[in-house]
Amino acid sequence: MKRRGLQLSDRQRDFLQSMCFLSPSLLGVCLFFILPFGVVVYYSMIDGVGSRNFVLLENFVKLFHNAAFLMAAKNTLSFSVLAVPLAVVLPIVLALMLESRIPLKSQFRTFFLSPMMVPVASVVLVWQVLFNYNGTVNEFLLLFGADKVDWLQSDYCQVVVLILFLWKNLGYNMILFMAGLSNIPRELLEVADVEGASETYKFFAIKLRYLSPTVLFVTILSLINSFKVFREVYLLTGDYPFEKLYMLQHFMNNTFRNLDYQKLSAAAVIMAIVMVLLIALLFKAEDWFGKDVEG
Amino acid sequence: MKKKRLFGRGAMFLLCAFFAVAFLLPTVLTITNSFMSEAEIKSNYGMIFSTTSGGYVSETVNLKFIPDKVTLSQYVTGLIKSPDYLIKYWNSLILVVPIVVFQVAVASVAAYSFTRWRGKIRSGIFFFYVILMLMPYQVTLVPNYLVSQWLGLLNTRWAIILPGIFAPFSVFLLTKFMRRIPYSLIESAKVDGAGEWEIFTRICLPQCRSALYSIAILVFIDYWNMVEQPLILLQDADSQPLSVFLSSINAGEIGLAFALATVYMVPSLLLFLHGEEYLVEGIANSGSVKG
Repeated sequence: MKRRGLQLSDRQRDFLQSMCFLSPSLLGVCLFFILPFGVVVYYSMIDGVGSRNFVLLENFVKLFHNAAFLMAAKNTLSFSVLAVPLAVVLPIVLALMLESRIPLKSQFRTFFLSPMMVPVASVVLVWQVLFNYNGTVNEFLLLFGADKVDWLQSDYCQVVVLILFLWKNLGYNMILFMAGLSNIPRELLEVADVEGASETYKFFAIKLRYLSPTVLFVTILSLINSFKVFREVYLLTGDYPFEKLYMLQHFMNNTFRNLDYQKLSAAAVIMAIVMVLLIALLFKAEDWFGKDVEG
Repeated sequence: MKKKRLFGRGAMFLLCAFFAVAFLLPTVLTITNSFMSEAEIKSNYGMIFSTTSGGYVSETVNLKFIPDKVTLSQYVTGLIKSPDYLIKYWNSLILVVPIVVFQVAVASVAAYSFTRWRGKIRSGIFFFYVILMLMPYQVTLVPNYLVSQWLGLLNTRWAIILPGIFAPFSVFLLTKFMRRIPYSLIESAKVDGAGEWEIFTRICLPQCRSALYSIAILVFIDYWNMVEQPLILLQDADSQPLSVFLSSINAGEIGLAFALATVYMVPSLLLFLHGEEYLVEGIANSGSVKG
């Protein structure tokens, strides 16, 4: 009886101590993220900060009829569909290349990773020189007799941003895949070698199987990063880009300017719901694949 | 057979070299172009960045690596003659350095808590941190804006620094590093009569030194590159960091822009050259959302 009481107080003391260490971070997170997000949810369901009538879903319905929001959502989505597969496949190729026995391997890794450290604001000048209507890429196209393309003012504009996005993000994803590759048990690959398995077979039957949790993680990470591509677009083209480059964050910025809290809050809540669904998917998938590989 | 493999490796090497050039090109171009004189820049890129005020505008675009004559004139104009740009540089530093220092400090205490004690409530909180970490700006900026407004911080640096300090990314990554410290180390310190704070400062922190460095690098580049937050939380043009300001340099001063862009990437490139191994270690450990 006495022992049990002691145990309980031990646990209580542990809990208090853990909360002491956690409190600076937890208080900050509550103050700057959780509490105001609660207010955002509240704002998304009232008709105005002044009148405060409860309207439930009206703001969301309005948002889904808002042409600017729909365009921004569509553009962001179509960019993601374009960017995510490439941001997953290309780094696997890079990681596999760096796994083979070639000279200057560590230098190549450094080079591939270096764009991550260069602020986007620093290199947009080069992108402007390359993809301007009178720019280098078009000069190059003329050499081969092709027509000039107005890169930033046509349907090709997402390609320009895509190249910048990939340039910046491939290195990070490559490191994740390299870490994944190094976790594959060596014996397994050696056995495959002894049995005379081809490189292709080894890749699909062994490596890709072990990489599958990493593939999923990188997919979700790239999806999230593709939502942030506003930064590249803004630095390249400013506040008012070509229609196809009008991203969700542009919509948010413009709504901030009018301080339309209802619209802002509804948009933030919708994004949060979409993200939570994606993250739940990620967790489920990690469970599923993790079991598969370990078992 | 052997010949075939050698050929394959050669092709692989060439492919790597091609990628390497593509990856390095933008950075190298920016740096070399910053050493060109204004006249040379104008004759190279006049077509693109032509101004209405006249000036020399060339017919063709001439992307060049090596300046005809290396000159520091752009740097002199940008950094010495007009203090404007130095102020923007200072703006960037004074935003980013406190965020890095305090985010890592707050996170190390929190990560110790997540490492040392497990329980339903705490793993629930950790799970919540992971979700928060993955939220894009479209979600977090509206709450940040509201708090700044209530506290009267809007249009001050604190509106960016304070939410930055409590961003959960460092907590998440540092917890993953700390959980690798052998539990016996902590246990034996406890038997020796060390208090929790002592265990944290004497055992945990020294064990995590390289982890702290790699996290500091990751946080630094993230905030050094920030654009979204200052655009919304800092309306005042004078306090904008260089990342936002660079894009607003007008077309007539393109040479200057190259020089400032170069100066702007120096801190993060130096960090990269010095701490690449730590950075790689940090990235490799972020590769799973599970603790």
